Amino acid sequence: MDLSIVYANVHFPNPIVLASGILGVTGNSLKNVIENGAGGVTTKSIWLEEHLGHPNPTMMGNEHFFVNAVGLPDAGIEKAKDEIGTYMNWYNSQDKKAPLIASIVAGKISDFAEIAEKIAELKPHAIEVNISCPNVEDELGKPFACDRDQAAEVTKIVKKRTNGEYPIVVKLSPNVNNLTEIAKAVEAAGADGITAFNTFGPGMVIDIETAQPVLANKVGGVSGPGLKPLVVKGIFDLYEAVKIPIIGTGSVLTGRDAIELMMAGATLVGVGTAVYYRGNDVFGKIAQEMEEWCDENDVKDMSEIVGRSHRV
Amino acid sequence: MPCQSKNDIPKTVKVLDIKSENPFVKTFTLDISVGAQPGQFVMIWIPRLNEKPFSVAFDDGNELKIAIAAVGEFSNAMHDLKVGDKVGVRGPYGKPFEYEDSEHLAVIGGGYGAAPLYFLAHEAVERGCKVEFVVGARNKENLLFLNRAGMLADTNVHVATDDGSEGHKGYNVPLLEKLMDEGLKVDRMLTVGPEMMMIAVSDLALKHDLPCQVSVERYMKCGFGVCGQCVVDESGMPTCLKGPVMDHKLAREQVEFGKYHRDRVGRKQEW
Ligand SMILES: Cc1cc2nc3c(=O)[nH]c(=O)nc-3n(C[C@H](O)[C@H](O)[C@H](O)COP(=O)(O)OP(=O)(O)OC[C@H]3O[C@@H](n4cnc5c(N)ncnc54)[C@H](O)[C@@H]3O)c2cc1C
Ligand SMILES: Cc1cc2nc3c(=O)[nH]c(=O)nc-3n(C[C@H](O)[C@H](O)[C@H](O)COP(=O)(O)O)c2cc1C
Ligand code: FES
Repeated sequence: MDLSIVYANVHFPNPIVLASGILGVTGNSLKNVIENGAGGVTTKSIWLEEHLGHPNPTMMGNEHFFVNAVGLPDAGIEKAKDEIGTYMNWYNSQDKKAPLIASIVAGKISDFAEIAEKIAELKPHAIEVNISCPNVEDELGKPFACDRDQAAEVTKIVKKRTNGEYPIVVKLSPNVNNLTEIAKAVEAAGADGITAFNTFGPGMVIDIETAQPVLANKVGGVSGPGLKPLVVKGIFDLYEAVKIPIIGTGSVLTGRDAIELMMAGATLVGVGTAVYYRGNDVFGKIAQEMEEWCDENDVKDMSEIVGRSHRV
Repeated sequence: MPCQSKNDIPKTVKVLDIKSENPFVKTFTLDISVGAQPGQFVMIWIPRLNEKPFSVAFDDGNELKIAIAAVGEFSNAMHDLKVGDKVGVRGPYGKPFEYEDSEHLAVIGGGYGAAPLYFLAHEAVERGCKVEFVVGARNKENLLFLNRAGMLADTNVHVATDDGSEGHKGYNVPLLEKLMDEGLKVDRMLTVGPEMMMIAVSDLALKHDLPCQVSVERYMKCGFGVCGQCVVDESGMPTCLKGPVMDHKLAREQVEFGKYHRDRVGRKQEW
């Protein structure tokens, strides 16, 4: 069956997109993710200038959870030009076209304006605004995504500086108690979509032999399969609160998980940590499992299942 | 479930022994076995400092050895450790060397490459192989694991130094080539070292139509295929999963092999 779906006027060959920060360092790595079955990719979050990120250990996991404090390392927009260029050249040579979502990050609202303008020059298919990373708080303070007014202000300025020519997707934090208010504010500020969510927490892992926190940054964002009920509930609430489409991201390991997020209200499904649990061909495995389920359940078009739980 | 019994959190263990191999390299014996095969690597964590990849230099089912060259902040901090200190270990990661029982192997090492190759030779001999252990270094001081390799059964050690202070004067690959021109026959070549040296080994393997594996080392953070720091152009494959040990033909399909690698933020750096 055809798994394709349209998100904010962009056509995706299937709903599975690579989440930001995983396997996103080079253009060829993004290409490799598509070859492994994804319907689209999100770059790692791109800064204006070089940003070192945290020392190792930056991530670890077991069967229950995954934590990361990579700290958004990036060589800055100049290098991003080469990498996105590499991807776009490859994209143009392909029949099956899998879009690229460029993720941007900044510490100040004015820097968001500048990076948005620069990223637009590279003509990505959409721009994801990362205002929700939980592991750079020491450096940047509380994420903008935790404050309704700041979240709206960033959205407005990014939309303005890209002349409304690109779908602007704002990536929200699950670590708030006024989620739907923030989402509504972002929608009113001009966002074309929402990604829900970034990682949870932050959390901490302590090595009891040395009593030391293991992440070099001490704290890091939490992801992994056990968080799925929280992600599903968050997406369910957002679907009722806003009209703009949702990229549901968090805790998806299987095709059934992806369908569950779509029924809650996601149009696309972001996949990151599942690479740890099921390998770097997980994207194709998930898409295949979705296809099988849809065939068995007589789904003709993927858009049928988006928000289905709200209609039963 | 797809996520049964995974554990990639460092386990802290005691340093049982530290041995100076030469002025730049120390071997650390750690109180753990990770069940590693030759060619695989582990991540070593020093709390509050960093965590870095190192090839397994030995794993006998009880203890783990790693040989570390002091080149920067982390490796120097390793050299400052004392017996009884604790470090974290996770792994093993990556693909090991592959060969058949009873083959005649040429293993070719430069730099700290001799350490994992000693582990390989030790295992290969137990599997009935004959080994030509061909190592090179700038000078005598930089040589590594020679005595231990010399004590292995069915193993011939060949040494080359740039300045001739030990063994053949010159590079190790021309030394092997000379031996092969004189009639030495091997079934397979396995190599760890600087990329230009591994390319020379690969050329020799192509000339003699022999199977060959090389070890492609890139900047690694996670070691398990998630961060994307260790990918190579143009395939985009992570070397921590598809390598470090891989077929030499696959390595040479990567346009960056022998030319550049990437640093901590992903920027290209020429070798
Ligand atoms: C699969 C693999 C196996 C390795 N096996 C050994 C070994 O057996 N013995 C040994 O001495 N060294 C080994 N290395 C290299 C070792 O990881 C680096 O020398 C070490 O990380 C340097 O850290 P530093 O802080 O001392 O130096 P830095 O000053 O940080 O770096 C010195 C150089 O080391 C390299 N390096 C730094 N960090 C990393 C990293 N995270 N991953 C890869 N390379 C890095 C860079 O090329 C850099 O130019 C291996 C690397 C890999 C990828
Ligand atoms: C190792 C790692 C790095 C990440 N880096 C970023 C990043 O650079 N930018 C960002 O917006 N989100 C980042 N995230 C969050 C993911 O994009 C995603 O929102 C989150 O992990 C939940 O999805 P998952 O369960 O499929 O991983 C990162 C997550 C992980 C695990
Ligand atoms: S080291 Fe992280 S993907 Fe290879």
